[in-house]
Amino acid sequence: MTDSKYFTTTKKGEIFELKAELNSDKKEKKKEAVKKVIASMTVGKDVSALFPDVVNCMQTDNLELKKLVYLYLMNYAKSQPDMAIMAVNTFVKDCEDPNPLIRALAVRTMGCIRVDKITEYLCEPLRKCLKDEDPYVRKTAAVCVAKLHDINAQLVEDQGFLDTLKDLISDSNPMVVANAVAALSEIAESHPSSNLLDLNPQSINKLLTALNECTEWGQIFILDCLANYMPKDDREAQSICERVTPRLSHANSAVVLSAVKVLMKFMEMLSKDLDYYGTLLKKLAPPLVTLLSAEPELQYVALRNINLIVQKRPEILKHEMKVFFVKYNDPIYVKLEKLDIMIRLASQANIAQVLAELKEYATEVDVDFVRKAVRAIGRCAIKVEQSAERCVSTLLDLIQTKVNYVVQEAIVVIKDIFRKYPNKYESVIATLCENLDSLDEPEARAAMIWIVGEYAERIDNADELLESFLEGFHDESTQVQLQLLTAIVKLFLKKPTETQELVQQVLSLATQDSDNPDLRDRGYIYWRLLSTDPVAAKEVVLAEKPLISEETDLIEPTLLDELICYIGTLASVYHKPPSAFVEGSRGVVHKSLPPRTGSSESAESPDTAPSGVQAPEQPAVIPTQGDLLGDLLNLDLGPPVSGPPMATSSVQMGAVDLLGGGLDSLMGDESEGLRSDVGGSPAMGGGGGFAAPSAAAPATLGAPLSSGLGDLFDLTGGVGTLSGSYVAPKTVWLPAMKAKGLEISGTFSRQVGSISMDLVLTNKALQVMSDFAIQFNRNSFGLAPAAPLQVHAPLAPNQSVEISLPLNTVGSVMKMDPLNNLQVAVKNNIDVFYFSTLYPLHILFVEDGKMERQMFLATWKDIPNENEAQFQIKDCSLNADAVSSKLQGSNIFTIAKRNVEGQDMLYQSLKLTNGIWVLAELRIQPSNPSFTLSLKCRAPEVAPYVFQAYETVLKN
Amino acid sequence: MIHSLFLINASGDIFLEKHWKSVVSRSVCDYFFEAQERASEAENVPPVIPTPHHYLLSVYRHKIFFVAVIQSEVPPLFVIEFLHRVVDTFQDYFGVCSEVMIKDNVVVVYEVLEEMLDNGFPLATESNILKELIKPPTILRTVVNTITGSTNVGDQLPTGQLSVVPWRRTGVKYTNNEAYFDVIEEIDAIIDKSGSTITAEIQGVIDACVKLTGMPDLTLSFMNPRLLDDVSFHPCVRFKRWESERILSFIPPDGNFRLLSYHVSAQNLVAIPVYVKHNISFRDGSSLGRFEITVGPKQTMGKTIEGVMVASQMPKGVLNMSLTPSQGTHIFDPVTKLLSWDVGKINPQKLPSLKGTMSLQAGASKPDENPTINLQFKIQQLAISGLKVNRLDMYGEKYKPFKGIKYMTKAGKFQVRT
Repeated sequence: MTDSKYFTTTKKGEIFELKAELNSDKKEKKKEAVKKVIASMTVGKDVSALFPDVVNCMQTDNLELKKLVYLYLMNYAKSQPDMAIMAVNTFVKDCEDPNPLIRALAVRTMGCIRVDKITEYLCEPLRKCLKDEDPYVRKTAAVCVAKLHDINAQLVEDQGFLDTLKDLISDSNPMVVANAVAALSEIAESHPSSNLLDLNPQSINKLLTALNECTEWGQIFILDCLANYMPKDDREAQSICERVTPRLSHANSAVVLSAVKVLMKFMEMLSKDLDYYGTLLKKLAPPLVTLLSAEPELQYVALRNINLIVQKRPEILKHEMKVFFVKYNDPIYVKLEKLDIMIRLASQANIAQVLAELKEYATEVDVDFVRKAVRAIGRCAIKVEQSAERCVSTLLDLIQTKVNYVVQEAIVVIKDIFRKYPNKYESVIATLCENLDSLDEPEARAAMIWIVGEYAERIDNADELLESFLEGFHDESTQVQLQLLTAIVKLFLKKPTETQELVQQVLSLATQDSDNPDLRDRGYIYWRLLSTDPVAAKEVVLAEKPLISEETDLIEPTLLDELICYIGTLASVYHKPPSAFVEGSRGVVHKSLPPRTGSSESAESPDTAPSGVQAPEQPAVIPTQGDLLGDLLNLDLGPPVSGPPMATSSVQMGAVDLLGGGLDSLMGDESEGLRSDVGGSPAMGGGGGFAAPSAAAPATLGAPLSSGLGDLFDLTGGVGTLSGSYVAPKTVWLPAMKAKGLEISGTFSRQVGSISMDLVLTNKALQVMSDFAIQFNRNSFGLAPAAPLQVHAPLAPNQSVEISLPLNTVGSVMKMDPLNNLQVAVKNNIDVFYFSTLYPLHILFVEDGKMERQMFLATWKDIPNENEAQFQIKDCSLNADAVSSKLQGSNIFTIAKRNVEGQDMLYQSLKLTNGIWVLAELRIQPSNPSFTLSLKCRAPEVAPYVFQAYETVLKN
Repeated sequence: MIHSLFLINASGDIFLEKHWKSVVSRSVCDYFFEAQERASEAENVPPVIPTPHHYLLSVYRHKIFFVAVIQSEVPPLFVIEFLHRVVDTFQDYFGVCSEVMIKDNVVVVYEVLEEMLDNGFPLATESNILKELIKPPTILRTVVNTITGSTNVGDQLPTGQLSVVPWRRTGVKYTNNEAYFDVIEEIDAIIDKSGSTITAEIQGVIDACVKLTGMPDLTLSFMNPRLLDDVSFHPCVRFKRWESERILSFIPPDGNFRLLSYHVSAQNLVAIPVYVKHNISFRDGSSLGRFEITVGPKQTMGKTIEGVMVASQMPKGVLNMSLTPSQGTHIFDPVTKLLSWDVGKINPQKLPSLKGTMSLQAGASKPDENPTINLQFKIQQLAISGLKVNRLDMYGEKYKPFKGIKYMTKAGKFQVRT
């Protein structure tokens, strides 16, 4: 007698027959019929037509039958809302039943019926159940509030259920506490702004007590909730850690990982000198290792998390390399993760073991795994310098196996090794060249071509080798074509006599026969370079390449810190913040690690420094300023802001004002930004293509190339700033480190009466950026964007885009200190970032700033003498005429010139966008490189900035 | 939280679905099937699969995929642990967890699943409690139910549900009071070509079968508790007592349960009880290869090694093998290329060996990879880590229970590279 009999059907029609049985007088028959209905439901058959008949069976004292009917109701009530009402009475009655099991069952089922009319009736019974004497009913009711909130959030708030739920956190029964926490967490997830889980030391204490007594699942809810708490000092952090550590020995791996999260986060606050800090580090290793002996699915999640932990605190697992060794029957997803962690843990101490293992893996069957193993050997060589030689010889051994994909993978990594250790291992080139014919993957071919081009002078038949590739030029992928072009140009520069024909051939192939704009552009640039100035070409193409970084695939620190807060969640599996992939998470509160307190280190990280300033306002939830601001502005800065946003958003900007003082510290050190544009040459040199492998993708090459072009023209003076005022070189305003990988550099310019902010946005993160928008805080001259920030395509990693943002001066005005300070908020799909910059005042000098002579004299006299300011402009060797023409370019107009006792006196005027006139007297002594500048203005505070503008214009 | 559960068999049929919130269309499983198609073997299907609106978390057990659907950020381990618990519960209820069994008991399965989760939150996952709520089917009960019309749904609130000891029901009564503990250790090891150990660790568990009347309070102490520095306990174990005195003190659940599991890491020296001598050679150009394996005891503390099984996945190029074992039976499957040799006991005087030739594809070059040998064995009455129970005491009850402790060492993932 098994339930499979419920699946058998007769020819008459199943539904018909069931209907008859459901309406039978015999209880037994009824129950059997309901079971048949349920059985059909479990396999996905639609039995909703039986709704009235099943609901009729609900009035029964047989608990099993009742449960079965409830199961049916939950599934189908939504499709038959009118019918479902029939069930309400029974539910309400059951909520009063003396048996707690039935009370709980009724309230539980009612919450699952997603029909508005029923939820109305649910409120009263639910209120009673939340205060029921039996904890089993209370704990069920707590979950029911979450269900109801999902159906009708407003109703839950209006009825005050949230407060009742909060009270349950202090319930005497730990199960009730755990469920209340779970319900509140779920509700809070859909309402990030609501301060539902308002944690304070008292409630934390209750949670910690409940933690010891509740079920394993409850422990997970409580631990995840604890992780959101921000202890007020290191002592509190330590005491929480002490009470959480026993959870590391729990049999349930989810409990363990949640405990690890709490510890990893709160450890951040403990001083490294503390004994307890060391103890804690030691305690973390064994549970992580134990997770790896669990089932493969658990291992996978654990490994993804360990990957984060190892990057954040490598010391925890540095002695545990062996547990990551791969077993041949591990599932492939576990193997690949283990390999990744092995490389992260590789160090001089264990490299021999690691290499031996990797070599073993390289002979396995699974192709993906073998490839990754070979690549790993290369990464070891780059990471641990002492091992490089051994790695290279291992790779050579592997090349000898002649297994095709192994050889190709090996060549790709050897290329990286050459980049890292130039002029060290070139002896292996001969071996590599032997395998030229077997390479069929673009990446390997491109790598090989790069090697040939780079070391053309050492390879006797380099021209023949490259020529052989050239035959099928059009069939190659872009990556290979670009590489071939560069390699042949390199070859030509090294051996010009023999290879002239070859270089002409490749240049014409690239520029005339190719449809690919990147290839064509690169071809033209080389062509022009070679034809105009071969020496410069040599300097550009054969420039010394920047060293490649030691660690590849590292997660950028800001993201890593955020992910550490998400240990054990999906975010940690995907290594992406939840905002990047969780549906409907518009306003997810960004989590970040707490600042370390009571330690000398705090000075090191500028991010954490300002948090002290506003700690009293929002100590618990939001740890750093950036996040606070982010929340305030999140809603306001919607994607592409249309029109001048200043007017609409003055309220929010006011919020920024409050914190204005702190913004300065978020701003990067401006002076560091002056590495500027010299980068043009490495970007074009053949090595550049390899430094950023993605440069081969069609879209990405445009930017670096065009900037390279600009540089070339600048050298020859091809493009001047004829119609505009002086433009300072771009400086980095927002370093990538502080903006989750977004780097912004820029400058201001004024051309024919319009001001613009010229920006270069560079994506140094590992994910695509999009949805850019910009806003200015109120400032002294009312500067505001005249158009939204237009970034047409999403910005891929390693890509940059140049934008000229037109500005106007009709925004709201607020006096800033310094006067020319501008606070900017830039938003993208990842976050909102803030920086402030100083704009040169001369962008505000208007074109009609020339005063009449008479007017000038009168005004000069009119302005009181105390408003006069004097400055020295040192080291300027221009003569008076050159000075006045140069200044005129920036709208500083010379009204009169006088020669007094061998000195040239220039009388000048200028007008700012807000109508302030500034009058100047510039004294130039022919023998003296120092000029004296006297400024008179009704608003004397602008004088120093006008002087700065003078100095900038004259010295550039 | 957990939204829905789909059970999918090896041929890709969804044979059971259960929704704890609104109904999710089974078409969401298409993403799972795609991933399944991409993976070469069922074991290689990734456990976390993203879809546009949901996430699919799956475990593969007993040739069934248990696929959980979630919609919001939930700890994946939480879901996977829960799925494991579902598998364990089915096994506990029906003896085996198989598609046939689940289909045969579909209504009970459905009722049990409903008890395990509420709105996606775990409700009752301890099998002690579940069994009070939904009685497991037995032939006798089915017959009785049909005659008397009684049900297999308990109508009383399970007693353990809310007590301080949720894992134990009250009013337990036995005529024979007994408590058995099994110390079982598994050695995971990788041995390289030359016979030296690359990595070796021990996964140990203490499984208990406790049938004691009333509310007994037990303490278990060890001769050498220092070995246990990485342990996971059943919730019943009082952690504080362990921290301070290294004694296990607990009120046990009723019946079978795992008291603790522990891990002796690679840093401690792990004794390797067996060795494998192998000589597997392919020659270029020849269609024959030589194959020879001998298994022998190493550090066994004087105990016999039994239940030895050797398995090895041969390279694709091997067409067939002609081998002669000195003892036991062997099978080579020319389709899957799996060689397995059931050795049995190792007699140290006469070491078991398997010798012969392999025939290779004519003309093909010699295989790139060397086969890895997977070893299984058992040693009774020995815990290879040296762990020893000192004594077991009972407090809180008057009677004298019968106590027993058994030790066993097994091979876990024991691999020898050639």
